Amino acid sequence: MGIFLSLVNKEALHILRDRRTMLITLLMPLALLLLFGFAISTEVNNVRVVVALDGHSDQTREVIDQLRANEYLSFSGIVPATEAEAVIRRGDADAALVMRQDKGILERQIVVDAANPIVGRSAAAYLQGMMAGSADSPVLTTTLYNPQLKSAYNFVPGIMGMIFILICAIMTSVSIVSEKENGTMDLLLVSPVRPRSIIFGKLVPYFLLSCVILAIMLVVAYTLLEIPFSASVGLVIALSLLYIVLSLSVGLLVSALVDTQLSALIVSAVLFMLPVIMLSGMIFPIENMPVILQWLSSVIPARWYISAMRKLMIQQVGIAEILQEVAILAAMTALLLVAAVRKSNRKS
Amino acid sequence: MKSAIEVRDLVKSYSQVKALDGISLSVGEGELFGLIGPDGAGKSSLYRILATLAAPDSGRAEVCGLDTGREYCKIRTLVGYMPERFSLYPDMTVMENLRFFATLFGVSVKESYPLIAPVFAQLAKFPDRMAGALSGGMKQKLALSCALIHRPSVLLLDEPTTGVDAVSRSEFWDMLAGLKSSGITILVSTSYMDEAARCERVAMIDRGKILVTDTPRKLVAGIGENLYNAEASDMFRLLTALRQYPGIRDCYTFGATLHIVAEPSFNPAEAVRRLAAEGIGDARIYPAKGDIEDLFIKLTRDEKQ
Repeated sequence: MGIFLSLVNKEALHILRDRRTMLITLLMPLALLLLFGFAISTEVNNVRVVVALDGHSDQTREVIDQLRANEYLSFSGIVPATEAEAVIRRGDADAALVMRQDKGILERQIVVDAANPIVGRSAAAYLQGMMAGSADSPVLTTTLYNPQLKSAYNFVPGIMGMIFILICAIMTSVSIVSEKENGTMDLLLVSPVRPRSIIFGKLVPYFLLSCVILAIMLVVAYTLLEIPFSASVGLVIALSLLYIVLSLSVGLLVSALVDTQLSALIVSAVLFMLPVIMLSGMIFPIENMPVILQWLSSVIPARWYISAMRKLMIQQVGIAEILQEVAILAAMTALLLVAAVRKSNRKS
Repeated sequence: MKSAIEVRDLVKSYSQVKALDGISLSVGEGELFGLIGPDGAGKSSLYRILATLAAPDSGRAEVCGLDTGREYCKIRTLVGYMPERFSLYPDMTVMENLRFFATLFGVSVKESYPLIAPVFAQLAKFPDRMAGALSGGMKQKLALSCALIHRPSVLLLDEPTTGVDAVSRSEFWDMLAGLKSSGITILVSTSYMDEAARCERVAMIDRGKILVTDTPRKLVAGIGENLYNAEASDMFRLLTALRQYPGIRDCYTFGATLHIVAEPSFNPAEAVRRLAAEGIGDARIYPAKGDIEDLFIKLTRDEKQ
């Protein structure tokens, strides 16, 4: 066995024998995907709507029929017009549709409970959309790319952006630093093996592990979460591999800067995980951030990865549309890799 | 005799601390050389420089005639280094560790086996045990086997017997003697003074300086002159009384007794009488056989003055 293969083999043994860590690394992406894909969602379903009116007409009946037919709204009864607010106040309904006949014209009012702003906003939008069809000049709304407004579509690229930074950066930095702590790094360094081989011998197994995780996540996203990215699957994989290399370089840089496993963990988690969650656009849209935070988010690699992945997985555009992101990610990778290799080669 | 390790005026500082303060020493080819000193004396810093892991601030170090700075690549194949702590992979088996280090140095376990056989024999019974599950003595033997796997001509052992039981320690020194007879130069450091006697030559090192270098026999020769044991039921009172007694240069605790370093004119019988007059009735003072520890205390005391 060659020196390099033997280094890779040794690292693979470390990974495989640490069952608990490996189980976490493989199950965490799955759990997060399923959690965000199914359990946690910003979609609003089953909005309870009461109809408040003083008298029926053909028009009001038509509205009630539409309400019954709508899958996001659930019709929960008719109350007198004056009762609308009281019903919401009691918590018996999320929204009320008040209809009054005034000089032969049907006047309609939507009252929503915005105690939960997401539900309130969606309820109002659903009701407006529903009734827009019945007006004299209907408003046609077309929802592009994600017609069912599934939140999983939005979260999957974000979770992938987070997982790779977490796994690659934390695991590689901790594994390198643990060799420093144990003193085994000294033994590797006094051998005739080049420092370069030692570093790449560390990176290759984690790269392979990340590829397995990538495969798992893509399969789950395609089958269980039904994200239709099959058209751009090649680009999705290529972009993810670039991002994995970038994350590995981050881990390498961290390992060169710190001396204990604990600080490697803290640096990786605090410096990378929090900004990725908060500033990458994974959860909070970048456009809504204060300008300073928008600038700050530009240096976070996950921002560019997530943005490009959304375009690829959901909009299914070609490479031309993600050139900017790819260029930025490639530049960041090169920079990090050079800095990391320089730092780790430095002799004490 | 050609020298395998040659060190001249080596200085190495870590921020504020001067770990090595102008060290010079020379170890001959095939010699078993001991480096003796307390923790923090600078032993490990010297090892790191010789193993090409660190560069000195000034001075020069040569291993097998090669400069540790310029020709470190060549040195790495000639030197076997065993760092202070147990540094192998605990989650890999005995055999996996050995094979891994063999591959790193581009040798096979088979061709090196005759050299490591005396060390590895006991371990060979459980090649599939995880290195982390070995006892202290076994870990040490595995580490030594790994350091020897590429048949180095110089062996650098940094406190190999720390944290190992007395029986294993003794066995370990027997093995070193065996390795020496196969022509390997060994530089071994220890903070156990009693191990010095098993080296051919020793250097005493303290606070980055070498106090003395010689054979153990010559070092302890003469140290027993005017050296006495002192005992009493109240040891602390005895110690304070003796420290003020005229004609006594130094008095310190040594195991269960006190050691007295006295002027040639010191008269033990008279001292016992005078101590009895002071109220220490059961004091006993009798000649002691000095060892390397007495020498170390004497040298560090001289250094301070």
